[in-house]
Amino acid sequence: MPTSLVQNESILAIEVGAAVTRAVLFDVVEGQYRFVAVGQAPTTAEAPFKDVGIGVREAIDSLQGVTGSRLLSPDRNLITPAQSDGSGVDAVVATISAGPAVKTVIVGLLSDVSLQSARRLAESTYSRVVDSIDITDQRKPEQQLDGIVRSRPDMVILTGGTDGGASRSILKMLESVGLACYLMPMEKRPMVLYAGNQKLANDVQELLGGHSGKLEISYNVRPSLETEDLGPASRELAGLVTKLRQRQIKGVDELYMWTAGNILPTAYAQGRMIRFLSRLYESSRGLLSVNVGASATSVAAGFAGELTLGTYPQFGLGESLGGLLQYTELEEITRWLPLDISPNIVREYLSQKSLYPGALPATRDEQAISQALARQALYLAVRALQKDFPASVRSAKPDLMPPLDLILAGGGVISDGASLGQSLLLLLDAIQPVGIMPILIDQNNLLPLLGVAGERNNYLPVQVIDSGAFIGVGTVISIVASANYGDQVLRAKLVYSDGTEARADVKFGGLEILPLPNGQTARLSLQPTSRADAGLGPGRSGTIPVTGGALGVVIDARGRPLSLPSDPVRRRELLKKWYYTVGG
Amino acid sequence: MLAPVLHILPLATIVRERTLPVAGKVLARLDQRVNPTDVVAEANYAREHVLLDVARTFGISANAADKLIKVNEGDRLPEGGLVAELGGMISRSIKAPRQGRVMVAGGGQVLMEVGDARVELRAGMPGVVTQLLPERGVVIRTAGSLIQGTWGNGRIDNGLMVNLLDKPDAVLSAERLDVSLRGSVILGGHVRDTETLRAAAEMPVRGLIVSSMLSSLLPTAVQMRYPILVLDGFGAIPMNTAAYTLLTSNNKREVTVNAEPFDRYNGNRPEVIIPLPVSSEPDEPTPYIPFAVGQRVRMRRAPHPGMLGTIANLPAGMSLLPSGLRAPAGEIKLENDTTVLVPLVNLEVVG
Repeated sequence: MPTSLVQNESILAIEVGAAVTRAVLFDVVEGQYRFVAVGQAPTTAEAPFKDVGIGVREAIDSLQGVTGSRLLSPDRNLITPAQSDGSGVDAVVATISAGPAVKTVIVGLLSDVSLQSARRLAESTYSRVVDSIDITDQRKPEQQLDGIVRSRPDMVILTGGTDGGASRSILKMLESVGLACYLMPMEKRPMVLYAGNQKLANDVQELLGGHSGKLEISYNVRPSLETEDLGPASRELAGLVTKLRQRQIKGVDELYMWTAGNILPTAYAQGRMIRFLSRLYESSRGLLSVNVGASATSVAAGFAGELTLGTYPQFGLGESLGGLLQYTELEEITRWLPLDISPNIVREYLSQKSLYPGALPATRDEQAISQALARQALYLAVRALQKDFPASVRSAKPDLMPPLDLILAGGGVISDGASLGQSLLLLLDAIQPVGIMPILIDQNNLLPLLGVAGERNNYLPVQVIDSGAFIGVGTVISIVASANYGDQVLRAKLVYSDGTEARADVKFGGLEILPLPNGQTARLSLQPTSRADAGLGPGRSGTIPVTGGALGVVIDARGRPLSLPSDPVRRRELLKKWYYTVGG
Repeated sequence: MLAPVLHILPLATIVRERTLPVAGKVLARLDQRVNPTDVVAEANYAREHVLLDVARTFGISANAADKLIKVNEGDRLPEGGLVAELGGMISRSIKAPRQGRVMVAGGGQVLMEVGDARVELRAGMPGVVTQLLPERGVVIRTAGSLIQGTWGNGRIDNGLMVNLLDKPDAVLSAERLDVSLRGSVILGGHVRDTETLRAAAEMPVRGLIVSSMLSSLLPTAVQMRYPILVLDGFGAIPMNTAAYTLLTSNNKREVTVNAEPFDRYNGNRPEVIIPLPVSSEPDEPTPYIPFAVGQRVRMRRAPHPGMLGTIANLPAGMSLLPSGLRAPAGEIKLENDTTVLVPLVNLEVVG
């Protein structure tokens, strides 16, 4: 249906997270779409409930409690379309991140070309790569086959060959995959996505069509050696993951019906929005969106309208915490603790939390551990994605982030944070951005829901964002400098709209805040000393307009990359001081 | 809000599905009374495969090779059995490199499965087979005490339970394990060293039920050949008093320790079953119920992980927690008479 005909419809957007299910109502207020309210409940994908529908209805109950309007009928079915008495909604959309990591086998021709594309494609959703095959694989075909069967994949991603290019080697690998699928029990056969040489599409259909859980043939992710195009294939992959969830989790089928198929993996919907925003706002640098959740940490970056998306179940703060120490050292986590907590307690926390992913920190100590874990998980996820940024995106130094225009952050640990200051500090510590950018907190985790709602109505995301659905924490100035701790690196002057001024002499290692309330603008003069770069170039001064936020203008001169003192007492004192600066 | 229920019950009807990981043959009969170690189903599966490329070996097309293949799908072949033969002046043949079964023959190739392995599915609990699941397994029903835990090392066994606990926060050490405990299921407290796990293996014991364990012991624990069942979690957590009371009062009884890993998606979790004679069948436990004042609950996390309490109040809406977070919470009167505010997602009802 054309957008013009559906633009006044109310939309219920449902996010089924690993720990929490949210029901969000978008409706038209004074001719513009607005975020109306959110209700939430624990997700019920897991035992003893084993049906996401229970949690979805509880979340809708909670939403009804907030809005006062009835969305569920007495027999607990959704009222749709909206009725003249104000009950019900016109349309439903949904995203899902609940469910175990998608065990994925990736197949490509060249290990540093198509196989890398297959890996990036796998990382666009909640995949855990369990095996990979390429032309340099030394295993015999039957060993490859056994490897696939043993790893019991949920998904196989096949890439390889430029369009019209090599085909024989790919066919060989396809045979192994086809035989492996054939050997698996019918109900456990993996979904297969083919995104390789288009000339082989018919062969793929013949070899795999009858033996896979479902086969999708997409455009080649490598139409030529120099070109990578993950877009169409990642869309197909998102569809397959949704199908997989329908097979794995009770209640997703019903959600599929409610939404008339408008259901996407949450990370994919997040990425879709970032690509859209990057194009809409013609961002000259980059937009970065992070979502630290129980099922995964996902990071989406939009550079000149192109999306780089990474979804990392291994850095999720739920079930996968038990395995986090395979990717990082315990000391890398405990370095972020402002309280004196034994490393052993942190180790036990990881195992205990993996048993109960939905549990919340109830004490100050547990909150400190949770925040430290989130920092390290996000730090690792951002660094993993950074490796896949487009080659045209340059950083001042290899170990620094490229300059960004905006950071938008969501996910339980950030949106439910004890304070906005805590959330901001977490983002600064983990992402370690450079330059000048506003930071927004998506406290209701709307971004992915806007991504899927945009499929139904493309006015909705823009109007909801413009209505101020995200919380502006403030504008951050992150300084890159070679200096000694305590050296002055910047003079800053904020001139408010009424002509009053606030000044700060910023020293290296420090964190300064110049208050600027939400909704206000001011002019910020930056005068770095020596060759320090405050976002205008090394040693360059200038005046820029800035917008306010919950904290104001935050000047982070703690160094990039951020280096913490090795002495634990001094480090904790410093962390406490930073916490105090941002409001505790 | 709905609460998951942790089953610690002196008497309940327990119904469990026991299934093979791959399709196989069900050996048990309907209404058969089984013991925990009885094999109720079995399956043979191939550990590996061999791909014989007839076309390539003979240097001919796939179509031509298909005409030379002498075996069909499903054929069982001995080692050296003829797979394909190329006639002519000097006959050439392809033979089965190992004993196995033909899975696929065609396209100029033959795929065989070799290296048969057998998996036996044991009943895992005493009871009566109430349902046969064709090619998969059985449903078993019994009555008795049920005590669920949080972690298991994937093993299953049964034996006489011997109590080594004198209090819920007791520590089990290797010195407590002597030869008199051989063949028993040990009820211990907190375990903090690998020596204890190894000493139990050397007895050997038939099972270890502990309150808690350091997570650093996990790599050793999963290697042990006897079942290890952790009731309350990782770290130094005392045994919850409901499990402590029920288990210690069943000292010297025959128990089944099913230490299967906690699978949050299918609901399987490690559990101890103590079969008991009953005159009438007790109720089956409820998997979840709405939270309500007066319910007995167990804390999953800090400040008192594993401790039991009673819901004294359920404040409406969101509550501000000591951590600074806001969440739906309950005021819990703990067994030590203190009252704490706990997020509801950190609680499970005991029943």
